[in-house]
Amino acid sequence: MNPTVKTTFSVCTNEIDASCRVPLLALFGGAALWLVAGLALGIGAIMSFHKPDLFADCQFLTFGRSQAAANDLLLYGFCIPAALGVLLWIFSRLSQTPLALPIVPVVAANLWHLGVLIGTIAILTGNSTGHLWLEYPRPAAVLLFAAFLLTAVTAAATFGFRQQRDLFPAHWFLFAALLLFPWIYSTANLFLVSNQVPRGVVQAIIGWWFGNNLIFVWLALAGVGMAFYFLPKIAGKPLGNSGYAITGFLTLLFFGTWAGIPQGAPVPAWMPTLSSVMTALTLVPLIAIALVLWQTIVRNGFKCGGGPFCFIKFGMLCFIASTILYISLACPRYSRVLEFTWFGTAQTQLQLLGFFAMILFGAIYEILPRIMEAPLPFPKAAKAQFWITGLGILLFVVPLAVGGLEQGMKVRDAAVPFADASAVALKFLRVSTTGQLLILLGSLPLVLNLFVMTIRWKVALLKTLISAIKAPLPEAEVKA
Amino acid sequence: MKTGIGVFIAAVAAIGLSWCGLVLGPQLQLGGEGITTVLNSTDEYPLQPTGAENLGQQVYRANGCAACHTEQVRQTGVTCELTLTSLGVYKAADFTAFARSLFVLPELAKYTNALADAINGWNGDMPKTILTTPDKTIVEEMANRLKAVGVKFDLRILATGPDISRGWGSRQSVAADYLYAQPVQLGNLRAGPDLANVGVRKPDMNWQLIHLYAPKAVDSSSTMPPFRYLFELRKIGSTPSPDALKLPSEFAPAQGYEVVPTTDAKNLAAYLASLKATVPLYEAPFTPVIAAKP
Repeated sequence: MNPTVKTTFSVCTNEIDASCRVPLLALFGGAALWLVAGLALGIGAIMSFHKPDLFADCQFLTFGRSQAAANDLLLYGFCIPAALGVLLWIFSRLSQTPLALPIVPVVAANLWHLGVLIGTIAILTGNSTGHLWLEYPRPAAVLLFAAFLLTAVTAAATFGFRQQRDLFPAHWFLFAALLLFPWIYSTANLFLVSNQVPRGVVQAIIGWWFGNNLIFVWLALAGVGMAFYFLPKIAGKPLGNSGYAITGFLTLLFFGTWAGIPQGAPVPAWMPTLSSVMTALTLVPLIAIALVLWQTIVRNGFKCGGGPFCFIKFGMLCFIASTILYISLACPRYSRVLEFTWFGTAQTQLQLLGFFAMILFGAIYEILPRIMEAPLPFPKAAKAQFWITGLGILLFVVPLAVGGLEQGMKVRDAAVPFADASAVALKFLRVSTTGQLLILLGSLPLVLNLFVMTIRWKVALLKTLISAIKAPLPEAEVKA
Repeated sequence: MKTGIGVFIAAVAAIGLSWCGLVLGPQLQLGGEGITTVLNSTDEYPLQPTGAENLGQQVYRANGCAACHTEQVRQTGVTCELTLTSLGVYKAADFTAFARSLFVLPELAKYTNALADAINGWNGDMPKTILTTPDKTIVEEMANRLKAVGVKFDLRILATGPDISRGWGSRQSVAADYLYAQPVQLGNLRAGPDLANVGVRKPDMNWQLIHLYAPKAVDSSSTMPPFRYLFELRKIGSTPSPDALKLPSEFAPAQGYEVVPTTDAKNLAAYLASLKATVPLYEAPFTPVIAAKP
């Protein structure tokens, strides 16, 4: 963290970065491709609203399937594996030791990407499980679970070998994220995708619990953890008050994990009530995290100039906005209007793309030149990505949220025909699709930078290999 | 938080607590739920779905219908309605005078204006709703007084809320409604209308099939995409298929062709037509309209 320490360990740092190279490329490479695929599929899905006839004869791209597949590609295809890659790097950097068992995450990355491929094909061919965020059927789920565990083992081993015994705030958040995912994913799959599923509405409750813990809590833990590492590191200043950080961490875990039961749900009233109270209490971690950010970013007056710092700052602003939207959705008064509208979609996409994906973009751009020991091939494209994606996210999310609000007001007034409410939302969808196109365009520089660097590295490897083969044997060996 | 074990314990405690509360708790409370009985009746609820309806639910799942449709009705409250059906030996004027005499009752104080509006200038038309309030005790008080003088009336409990005013159901959805649903797909977006009672609104299988094939053929304002892949467009053989859709001319296939639903489409239509939650339950009471006006 501190510059003098950095120079002392500079030799060691190179070694750490080199140890992360292959696992991280395996995780990031596939993730970047899934990101582009997911964004493109998401645009394809929403086309059903602009031109309902478009996929009338093509069952694979009907809205219900392509929308679910696109969302899962963003979450399981991009967000989680890319975050795992960043997490491994942060763990080995904070531990000041090379990545332990570097071959394990390479295997895990391939298993994970295979799982995503199987899951996506399953959804598009009509074999989804029908549970939100848990659409992947059992074969894909088993692969994802195994891959996550393998990566977590590597992370834990690296953590165990750490030279620097102190824990940083980033550690708490990322460590809890490593623990949370296997727990919720196995619970949800064992309950909902097994041969003995619970009867009735318990399924929906477990589904909500899982969805909340993944989309809200897991992404918050991993995203805030990454931001708490990179923001002070890039700015060269210490992280704000660690008392606030600890409050944010504990309250996020103890309150956030109870959120997610919708207010109008057909379940005994104690569940939505308790969930609503707990969601309101997530204002505490939100304020605590915001204070830490304030102390780290604003007080330092660090200028980012379009680099990784900008991405992460933007991501954290979206985190604050998205959490406020989430709390408003859980407030009974507002949820009567906002529930079942596009407002919910806006919140989810802000969380996935505005908050989490943006932080990942920043983190990947920060890490890539280090692990590849080469500058980014297209730094200007990376800068452009920030502006294009940022604008895209605003254009995507704001109209959806406003449209959802207007739709909700119309649905709530029984005198207004339902078709009018749908028509109002359609108007806003036209704008939000433009935003989606921009986000897709903005994701291309990432793929370009990542793959050009990978290919250059592979070509260099090949050249070394060929020259090693062609090189005349040393005389000593010839004689022998 | 200086050590890994502290973080570990905090995380396990937090996740474990929420697991107990929102996974184990609901499973203990609702997991053993069985068939229940309809309120004020011995009829069982819900009914076991037929094979076609179960298969149709799988088509609903496979095509992600829940991405745009919810299957749950929300309710904001209840209201009690007192409706006169017969005055017995009295005339309308007698009743008006009698009702005015009740205005002095302290418990009725809040409702005298509404009562006065209802009976002023009333010419004796039946049935006549004289009192609408969410307070059941007031209505029961009034009912006792009417009973004492031999006036006949209906006392009805109605669910209220925008969903119910839209005709999407006669009461809120409750856990018992989903006993046989597998998977339970409540949905989280209403790009299209709620389907919890679509079988009540549109019980006709042919309507359902035509709506799936060409939504605009039955509702010009529909934004639903057509699901033509659930149907087969084929040349009419020696005899036309009895299942062929009877489509309006602008949606009809070319001369000599017919549109025949696949098994999936038929099952899906059967499932949709089966979606109805029309009976009152202990936890969601209301007075069914049919029972009140036979």
